[in-house]
Amino acid sequence: MATSHTETHHPNWLQHHFSSPFQQGESSKLGMWLFLLTEVLFFGGLFCAYAVFNAWYPETFINAHKSLSWPLGATNTIVLIASSVTMALAIRSMQLGSKKGTLILLWSTMALAAVFLVIKYFEYSHKFHLGQLPGEYYTYEGIAGTNPHIFFSVYFMMTGLHGIHVIAGMIVIGWMIYRTSQDHFSSDYYTPIEMTGLYWHLVDLVWIFLFPMFYLIG
Amino acid sequence: MSNAAATAAVPSYLQEPKGIKSWLLTVDHKRIGIMYLAAIMFFFFVGGALAVILRTELFRPEQILMDADTYNQFFTLHGAIMIFLFIIPSIPAALGNFILPLMLGAKDVAFPRLNLASWYVYVFGAIFCVASIVLGAVDTGWTFYTPYSTTTSTSVISMTLGVFILGFSSIFTGLNFIVTIHKLRMPGMTWFKMPLMVWGLYATAIIQVLATPVLAITLVLLIMERVLGVGIFDPAMGGDPVLYQHFFWFYSHPAVYIMILPGMGIISEVIACFSHRKIFGYKPIAYSSLGIAFVSFMVWGHHMFTSGQSEIAAMIFSFLTFFVGIPSGIKVFNWVTTMYKGSISLETPMVYAVMFLFLFMIGGFTGIMLGALALDVHLHDTYFVVAHFHYVMMGGTVMAFLAGIHYWWPKMFGRLYSERWAKVTALVIFVGFNMTFFSQFILGAQGMPRRYYSYLDQYQPLHGFSSVGAWVLGIGFVIMAVYLTASFFNGRKAGPNPWGALTYEWETLTPPPQHNFLKDVVLTHGPYDYDKVTVVGDFYDKSPTDKQHMAGKV
Amino acid sequence: MSSNGQSHHHILPLSVYINVGLALLVLTVLTVVVAQMELGVFNTILAMVIAITKASLVALFFMHLKYDNKLYLIVFLAAIAFLGLFIILSMADTETRGDIYEFRGRPINEDAVIYNRPGVAGIDTLAGEVADTVTAATDTSAANQSESDTAGGQ
Repeated sequence: MATSHTETHHPNWLQHHFSSPFQQGESSKLGMWLFLLTEVLFFGGLFCAYAVFNAWYPETFINAHKSLSWPLGATNTIVLIASSVTMALAIRSMQLGSKKGTLILLWSTMALAAVFLVIKYFEYSHKFHLGQLPGEYYTYEGIAGTNPHIFFSVYFMMTGLHGIHVIAGMIVIGWMIYRTSQDHFSSDYYTPIEMTGLYWHLVDLVWIFLFPMFYLIG
Repeated sequence: MSNAAATAAVPSYLQEPKGIKSWLLTVDHKRIGIMYLAAIMFFFFVGGALAVILRTELFRPEQILMDADTYNQFFTLHGAIMIFLFIIPSIPAALGNFILPLMLGAKDVAFPRLNLASWYVYVFGAIFCVASIVLGAVDTGWTFYTPYSTTTSTSVISMTLGVFILGFSSIFTGLNFIVTIHKLRMPGMTWFKMPLMVWGLYATAIIQVLATPVLAITLVLLIMERVLGVGIFDPAMGGDPVLYQHFFWFYSHPAVYIMILPGMGIISEVIACFSHRKIFGYKPIAYSSLGIAFVSFMVWGHHMFTSGQSEIAAMIFSFLTFFVGIPSGIKVFNWVTTMYKGSISLETPMVYAVMFLFLFMIGGFTGIMLGALALDVHLHDTYFVVAHFHYVMMGGTVMAFLAGIHYWWPKMFGRLYSERWAKVTALVIFVGFNMTFFSQFILGAQGMPRRYYSYLDQYQPLHGFSSVGAWVLGIGFVIMAVYLTASFFNGRKAGPNPWGALTYEWETLTPPPQHNFLKDVVLTHGPYDYDKVTVVGDFYDKSPTDKQHMAGKV
Repeated sequence: MSSNGQSHHHILPLSVYINVGLALLVLTVLTVVVAQMELGVFNTILAMVIAITKASLVALFFMHLKYDNKLYLIVFLAAIAFLGLFIILSMADTETRGDIYEFRGRPINEDAVIYNRPGVAGIDTLAGEVADTVTAATDTSAANQSESDTAGGQ
């Protein structure tokens, strides 16, 4: 990109091979979006598996989805949406230069993510208890239809992978909290928080699809 | 042009900073490129040695060197090493890393630390792959087809985990390159003033970021299948092994173009430079790279014509497969037209480029044959397929890689190699290659299945011929290793622009200084303005040939 | 371009975030309510339409796609387009298997082996059972029979 070279202002966070903060910021963002693209396709394999098996065993999927608790799923959806709002506001707060506001909002995001995982934990342990386990460990007998274990294989892999992403997100948010408290960011430079936000919204996006797919329509 | 006198004053990236630590922790794309080059050349020789051993075993139908199980493990290793550890990172990560920022006039790639991470991830993944040899060498073939890969007792997990990790290395490189090309071009370099190598790398990078994650999830599922028995790919568990093949080939077919597209970029550079002629059809070549990348995502089912895929899907995939021929054809026609009435000088890179054209054409046309549904049912899993993809991957990508190595070698190390030995070697490799693989077309058409340890006596003459070809090929590469090593230590010093090329990597010192250019560069001429700008390469200064005068004709 | 690095950034008013958050909340409630009704195939369609709407809101406002460089929007849409290509072409196979030759129509077993044996065993045992059925053909249980049928059909 043919950006002009600015000699005037060369802050310490500007890496040597970029000619301007603008160029650096735009590069980070494009890089992040490409990373999100890989994430979409990474989950994509499982979405494909879901679509194929759902089409093969429609009754099984309908019967099996009733064993998932939609109130818990809906609660988790709302929790994640709330965490997305707090994340977006944390960025806005840093744009306005408020360190305190950013910290509070990042901590809220972190707390909501933890709530999500706690609810997920109760759901999982209930399923484990019933023997609704993936693949060959499946021992439950109350679901009519062909091969219900496939539903739970797909369910556990998709939500499990999503859960891993939530945990990774929490780690990154924690790191952002640390860096914010160390005054690494200002209203001029907050790219890492912005990138964390993009990642966190993607985690939310995936859940927005997982929720109806498993809890509502099977 | 940079002043040659400045060469001595400014230390090159090879000299400064010093010490092993400065290499291992470097974020300089040139050093990372060299580190990649060392790693992939190591694995190329390992994979090549395996190939020679395999061909030796196949010299006669009975046992010569190893038993059947070892043979299965060897061909799996040969495939996995050559695909995942050599050919996929070969041009983008090794040559591309070195050359891309130089071509763009940038100081580095967009994310230098990510670039270094990609190298370490590569090494880490390679360790897992190599560990699988000790832990019980995998014998599934490089495709890890279920249900065999979920039931065999060999260490599939170690190998697939290694490949999974290597995928991240590939994604990092691709992501880095896309951002670099979008954001770090020098002032004045618009999209259509980029060298075609950059277009090739761009198309490659798009495939890398789009396809590799699907391979990652496929391998995760395969590992889950083995560890937890999730049953998605297991017919005994109500799953579908053909679905595994869809997953696998959604990556692995585009991966074929990860291999060939940057090679095509190199060929565009080399042909224009050594024909001393403005490249014919710049935009069609650039767009056809993107076209190939796009079409590559819609044709994967042609690997599965005989696997239990539905006939309707097979017809769709067969139909779509033919579209790959269009952009590939566009490229070949434009290269040939560039050469037409050009003043061609056949230095080593150009020799390899011409070899590429010849071999890639054979590989491409047989690919179209295999894409035809009815014919493929007959030829599937025979030596015809083996010959086809070796013509594309080795005759195509490896020849382009060798062209690139010889083209940029002076820029990388500041020294020239023995032109005479290089040409002799190219001839040996050409003869050895065709002996090895053309005979396999005939074997395959006669019905010799691939991956077999033994065969009927009627196939022995051709198998024997092919094996002799493999030895010739092996000798060729050993000679190459010798003369390149010799050049590295005491080759003739190269000037900044040995070949008289117009892309911007030649505008800086040889070898380049740490931050690539001594001052910020601005685009003043297009990459192929051979009709407007005349530069006589310093290679020709010292060994004048009548070819050099051609460069000065405008 | 300003030397102040990110002054080009659009600072959205607080109300945008709050309103989008509320819209997402309403849509979540709506999708749950709709799912409780029996609408046949429309259940799936409605659920997906609502999910796509929610996803678009998050992407456009929270992820700033509406305001940022359109390149990012292209990247994001490309991801979805290629995912769609992947699913559609895969299903072009899995959904048409029996259309020409009926015997190839059954993609997989009617019932997985785990439903026909006492207790849970490892994969190796499964493979052993299948092998026994195929080679000895002494086991006449219906489940294992269908197992070997399918193995032949694939």
